[in-house]
Amino acid sequence: MEKFDVIIVGAGLAGLGAAYTLADHGLEVLVLERGDYPGAKNVTGGRLYVNPIRDFFPGLWEQAPLERFITHEVLTLMAKERSVTLDYSGNELREEPHQGYSVLRSKFDRWLAEQVENKGIMVLSKTRVDDVIKENGNVAGVLAGGDELRADVVIACDGVISLLSEKAGLRSPGSPHNFAVGVKEVISLESSVINDRFHLEGDEGAARLFVGEVTKGKFGGGFLYTNRESLSLGIVIGIGDAMDHTLPVEVPLLLELFKGRPELAPLIKGGSTVEYSAHVIPEGGFNALGNLCGNGILVAGDAAGLALNAGFTVRGMEYALASGYFAARAVLKAKEAGNFRAETLGVYKKFLEESFVLQDFRKFRESPAVVSNPRLFTHYPELTGNLMKDIYSIPAGPKDRLFSTLRKHITPGELWAILKDLRSFSKL
Amino acid sequence: MSEQMDLKVKLGLDVFKPVREPHIKIRPGMERDPRLRPALRLCPAGLYSENEKGEIALTIDGCLECGTCRLACGTEVLDWNYPEGGTGVQFRFG
Repeated sequence: MEKFDVIIVGAGLAGLGAAYTLADHGLEVLVLERGDYPGAKNVTGGRLYVNPIRDFFPGLWEQAPLERFITHEVLTLMAKERSVTLDYSGNELREEPHQGYSVLRSKFDRWLAEQVENKGIMVLSKTRVDDVIKENGNVAGVLAGGDELRADVVIACDGVISLLSEKAGLRSPGSPHNFAVGVKEVISLESSVINDRFHLEGDEGAARLFVGEVTKGKFGGGFLYTNRESLSLGIVIGIGDAMDHTLPVEVPLLLELFKGRPELAPLIKGGSTVEYSAHVIPEGGFNALGNLCGNGILVAGDAAGLALNAGFTVRGMEYALASGYFAARAVLKAKEAGNFRAETLGVYKKFLEESFVLQDFRKFRESPAVVSNPRLFTHYPELTGNLMKDIYSIPAGPKDRLFSTLRKHITPGELWAILKDLRSFSKL
Repeated sequence: MSEQMDLKVKLGLDVFKPVREPHIKIRPGMERDPRLRPALRLCPAGLYSENEKGEIALTIDGCLECGTCRLACGTEVLDWNYPEGGTGVQFRFG
């Protein structure tokens, strides 16, 4: 039987963030990962916002294998037969330090794990954790591959389906309404072609979100991120919403239909798909957060439900890194006190409350309800599309003035409904 | 890329390490349970299928380990686990 100070389950961003922070403190730390290598089971859309976490991991970002810094934030309302796109770009997005990067997790996590290992921490891959060891109401370690591995503290960073925190009694399987599934293709394309198609220079990148017909009116949307030499293209769909109102087609076909849209097809033309992945995403926000700690155990990252959809921004990875960091800080406090029960480890929650993590979650607690407004996924894309169609259309006969065109689409009843929705959108 | 890509071809692009025993199983006798139905359309790898008798079957090869079926169908009808360490899908890009 082996005894460690800390066992971290899962070499994703939460787990590796915790391990990195625990290094250099003279603790025996073990990271367990079920994949062939760290990152083998990890997927993002995706984009990482560095600003909130830059200072937690000093010196890490200069060498990090990030893809492109995002200089174009693009939102497309996609109707059945047309679409309207808003493309934001600004000089501040081109200035260093860049606020956000596209990222490929198998590459990034593998690199981060190497940094952790360079600091003397053991990362053991190909090892699935099967259970927690409980003693006198405390988590005292884990069972992995038939071995008992003991520790003062276990940090559960085992991802969105956190079997470990369920086994520790900290959460139940969860409602499908608090989760979405993302499916994604990585499409290989030459970087010069990417730059031309997305109007980018050098390592600049674009982040595109699509709302509407992409998900056939269900909660969710499409995404497209430019990597150095590939595109990450996919869709996200609310699991609960898709169950309540049966999806007209299968999810894999939904992705193909998205790729076939005239707005998308020219962007991926000539590219070759090199990987197809899927991953579940927590969507419930503050009200769906799991228990963050118990006796001898902390929960971080997706395992705790730490992902936040605020409409224009969809974030998870920086919350994972930050919660890993704060979990590690809490472990160091508990070690000082020589007590690993929930009341001591609970300082983790206090750290999160004082940081951007739980402040964001509290502030955006209503956003899961706001962004699941069904009008966002059919009505508004169609309304905006039809309005633009008439504004740009030159008929054979005389053309309507802008005011009549607006009045035709935005009736008093419609205006009232828009104002009502705007009030709720202001909570985003 | 305008014509649709076959799902099997797509899954063939991924690296899978053989799983010794299926890590997700429909619990015996639950094959006709309506709670399994959402997985028919939601499984990103299209691994759930229905036969003419209305029984739902699951093929584990190609499982992306996303967890959608566990959330949509629940653990009363599915015996759900991750595959053993070092087996199953191994993403190279993620």
